[in-house]
Amino acid sequence: MSRTRSVLPGFSLSFGITLLWLTFLLALPMLACAAKVFELTPEKFLAAVWTPRTRAAYMVTFSTSFAAATVDTALGMLLAWVLVRYEFFGKRIIDALVDLPFALPTSVAGLVYSTLYAKNGWLGKHLVPWGIEGAYSQLGIILVLIFIGLPFVVRTVQPVLESLDAELEEAATCLGATRWTTFTRVILPALYPALLTGFTLTFARAIGEYGSVVFVSGNKPFKTEIAPVLIVAKLEEFAYAEATAIAVVLLVISLGLLLVINTLERWSQRHAL
Amino acid sequence: MPSETSTAPRATPAAGPGKSPAAAHNAGPIVSFKQAQQDPVWVRWGLIGLTYFVVGLLIVLPVYQVFYIAFSNGVAAYWRALTADPDTRHSIFLTLTVAPIAVVLNVIFGVAAAWLLTRFRFPGRTLLTSLIDLPFAISPVVAGLMFMLLFGMQGFLGPWLKGHGIQLVFAWPGLVLVTAFVTMPFVARELIPIMEAIGSDEEIAAVSLGANGWQTFWRVTVPNIKWGLLFGIILCNARAMGEYGAAKVVSGGISGKTDTIPLRVEKLFQEQPLPASYALASLLTMLSIVTLLLRIWLEHKTSQQVQEVKAEHAATSH
Repeated sequence: MSRTRSVLPGFSLSFGITLLWLTFLLALPMLACAAKVFELTPEKFLAAVWTPRTRAAYMVTFSTSFAAATVDTALGMLLAWVLVRYEFFGKRIIDALVDLPFALPTSVAGLVYSTLYAKNGWLGKHLVPWGIEGAYSQLGIILVLIFIGLPFVVRTVQPVLESLDAELEEAATCLGATRWTTFTRVILPALYPALLTGFTLTFARAIGEYGSVVFVSGNKPFKTEIAPVLIVAKLEEFAYAEATAIAVVLLVISLGLLLVINTLERWSQRHAL
Repeated sequence: MPSETSTAPRATPAAGPGKSPAAAHNAGPIVSFKQAQQDPVWVRWGLIGLTYFVVGLLIVLPVYQVFYIAFSNGVAAYWRALTADPDTRHSIFLTLTVAPIAVVLNVIFGVAAAWLLTRFRFPGRTLLTSLIDLPFAISPVVAGLMFMLLFGMQGFLGPWLKGHGIQLVFAWPGLVLVTAFVTMPFVARELIPIMEAIGSDEEIAAVSLGANGWQTFWRVTVPNIKWGLLFGIILCNARAMGEYGAAKVVSGGISGKTDTIPLRVEKLFQEQPLPASYALASLLTMLSIVTLLLRIWLEHKTSQQVQEVKAEHAATSH
């Protein structure tokens, strides 16, 4: 192992601890996962990951995650804009509250959302008569995923908006652009990389989410069963190989999204104004 | 997020409309620099109102409901719900055991990783940095499953461990392992940027003056990173106490034995009237609110500390 020499001690010790921890907690479990999948023949693997029930679960997972990430991108843009540009009463409290979904255990979020939008809940009793089922439905999954993912877009857009050069907008105004034209032609394009990163972070988080969804979805196969719930269901039937096969599909998608996020971040750093 | 920068006025009000050369050349309506960034009043108030509505509906109302239902039968009933049931008591005890162990393990790992990645340059450093973040990308359920495959009775090491009288899954050590896994990045992620920003000048000075490694670490590094470290510990702890998906997979759901608070909340939700599960959930909600408050305070402290160290550097280098 060659490294640039440093006068500071502790290389071997810190390297040892880091490697031990990563091997024990990350490498070994992932290897176990891979080994389990390779016990399956390709036909059996396909049979496990591509049944009508799993296909339905992927569909529910992706469509609800996509919907939630889209809504969160719009809401995140709104919150970031208001928090950066305006002064108003309660601004600091709202800024702090935006982080609550990061700090609140997901199971609590699921618990509360299921009660809130159920038939006799505070919101549900007004919404259900109109046919809006916000609990034990796909809409319920989307609602709780919107909550879980809300901070991501706000926190990626906020710093970019803060560092945006005021002269750009002054120039646009001086050249006769209306406020709306300035926003859509000057400000928004500068925010695209941050918005896209925020969207992908929210989407990736939503795909793996389990704790909150299991409370609100009702977990009906083909209708409101998401992929992580299906994995747990398979585990409870002791169908380990099948559960692992679905888990590997989910794992590959998550790692792919992580790669996309890293590329996006590097890309936006290079194209920073 | 530093919100102070956002409040700073971007254009000097002294440059009045008439004096600005750009506006003087412009034959159209005279616009000041300040106005260039200002939205019409109705847009401003509309968006602020919408923000209040969104945050109120999505965040404030659910939190309010937690406490409203938890206390719906009075304080005495609330206290009974938390303390009368032995299984609930045990879940509180178990969470207060599992989370601190996982946090301590991750503090050791996080400090070692931050020291390694910010004080040395070596091949594979970038790869290692991204590996630390990996648990954030993996679904908690998948994480739990991976540990089942390794240490469960049908797993690769399970039977061998059982032969030696060690049971990891369906027992508290398994809960510690998955909790450590899902919270792995917190402390390291918090420390790496701080230690990068502070730099190693002071540590090198200490070593060249004859301090040994531990003295340098305890007397120079720790005082410099203490607020950031505390911040990392708090975030790590909040996540550790609230972890549900991974814990559910490895716990086996044995009431009074392997149920942590979030798992117990689920059981109470299914088996008993709402206030019982909400009382227990209110503990987790309070934890998250305290975490947020500490976070605001510590973020301020951390940025202060980095600036102080940098200012000292600037002063000594001149």
